[in-house]
Amino acid sequence: MGKVVALEGNQAAALAMRQINPDVVAAYPITPQTEVVQEFSQFVADGLVDTELIAVESEHSAMSACIGASASGARVMTATSANGMALMWEVLYIAASARLPIVMALVNRALPGNINIHCDHSDSMGARDSGWLQLFSENSQEVYDNLIQAVRIAEHLDVRLPVMVCYDGFIISHAVECLEVLEDDIVRNFIGELEPVNPLLDTDRFITYGPLDLYDFYFEHKRQQMEVYPTAKQVIVGIGKEFGSLAGREYGLYEGYLLDDAELAIVTLGSSAGTAKEAVDHLRSDGLPVGMLKLRCFRPFPNTEIAQVLSRPKAIAVLDRSVSFGGFGGPLFTEIRSAMFENETSPHLLNYIYGLGGRDIDVEDIEGVYKDLQRVVDTGNVERIINYVGLRG
Amino acid sequence: MKVKPDTGWRDLPCGGVIVEPGSAAEYPTGDWRTYRPTRDENKCTNCLLCWICCPDSSIMVEDGRIIGIDYKHCKGCGICAQVCPPKIKAIMMVEEERSSSSKGPM
Ligand code: SF4
Ligand code: SF4
Repeated sequence: MGKVVALEGNQAAALAMRQINPDVVAAYPITPQTEVVQEFSQFVADGLVDTELIAVESEHSAMSACIGASASGARVMTATSANGMALMWEVLYIAASARLPIVMALVNRALPGNINIHCDHSDSMGARDSGWLQLFSENSQEVYDNLIQAVRIAEHLDVRLPVMVCYDGFIISHAVECLEVLEDDIVRNFIGELEPVNPLLDTDRFITYGPLDLYDFYFEHKRQQMEVYPTAKQVIVGIGKEFGSLAGREYGLYEGYLLDDAELAIVTLGSSAGTAKEAVDHLRSDGLPVGMLKLRCFRPFPNTEIAQVLSRPKAIAVLDRSVSFGGFGGPLFTEIRSAMFENETSPHLLNYIYGLGGRDIDVEDIEGVYKDLQRVVDTGNVERIINYVGLRG
Repeated sequence: MKVKPDTGWRDLPCGGVIVEPGSAAEYPTGDWRTYRPTRDENKCTNCLLCWICCPDSSIMVEDGRIIGIDYKHCKGCGICAQVCPPKIKAIMMVEEERSSSSKGPM
């Protein structure tokens, strides 16, 4: 048992970073992530960590510095949001292709225009194909726990991939919540020492990172990279279990909430899972067979696991906090829909877009979605597959 | 490990890194060539400007004198012909015969 403290989500992230004590942090401030870097800089100034903090001139440089440091054999972390991540774009792919175990706190924020600094998932969803692993957090406790586990996952010798720990801007990042934190030495023992693979600072060997790679081997390199994601799933589950025995909070690829006997289910990511749990409790007390699936791990996408765990409900609503313009529904919806194709029976599957640019979603909103699902089951009729929650007009 | 033309995706070093130094020598950039530099020994003064400028280290020199051009790596960029002093013009770029082009490293 650790001690319980009251912290904002960003402070919880900075605290995890202090305990992890990375060799290098390169980051550039952006709302709503700023506080992570600010708090962490204070730890550096106070001599509480051994970290080399590189104050860069942009996020492109931040990720580039992270790549260089990680390739040299250092344990590396960074943090960003929205446009900051967009500026990292091309280098995100390079970090993943070079299999560098960088850990990033991604404070989810809308990727504008118009200018908006509040939460949605358009930043992380845009990076879903970059090769990074993506863990979503429901609250500050999960931000803290996920960051610590992310170090182990990223550096696992069967994985060796960068990991982004996503959490909702302002809703989690700036809200004070109680969380249980571990002692410094327990965290340090849990993450252990980084075992560098092909470090550039090993002067007895000559390693080239990121060489020209044309039609003769590029395809093979991508195929090889594809192979690691199913393995990463197993590693994430294993480390989640190990963390559970240490901290009393076990993690998997997803969390089901009263899902086993549910006939109406909601699938969601991030902080709205907490809101949905409240709605489930309300409706259960009214006798409605409702349940919720919170996806913790969006990359790798647990397709077979989801198909299995969602095989019972008759109607399912997938909540998306981002859109895919010109696509059929939000990114979570299309992936869930595709995963469900393996099942023999297909439930009614609806998409609800919500919360863009920080628009609140409350318990009543989610209860409304469940009631829609009940109507669909009762009438057998789906009016619209793509729906919007909390939208004016 | 040594990557060979038939090395499969499972056996490549992780992360697309190259773990053996100097492996560029194994890559026959000569396959890219459409124009072949040909040097007239009688005109050449061995000033070595082409040797300095060749981006593929394909001008072969021994004891300060050019002994030939490494066509396995010369990609036919024509820089050597450009830098050869105008009064000498010892290097001519001659179009390769299509049939002589070899397969890539696949
Ligand atoms: S054509 Fe280009 S590559 Fe070939 S020898 Fe001349 S300078 Fe070197
Ligand atoms: S630049 Fe011309 S003259 Fe000088 S060494 Fe090369 S071929 Fe000979």
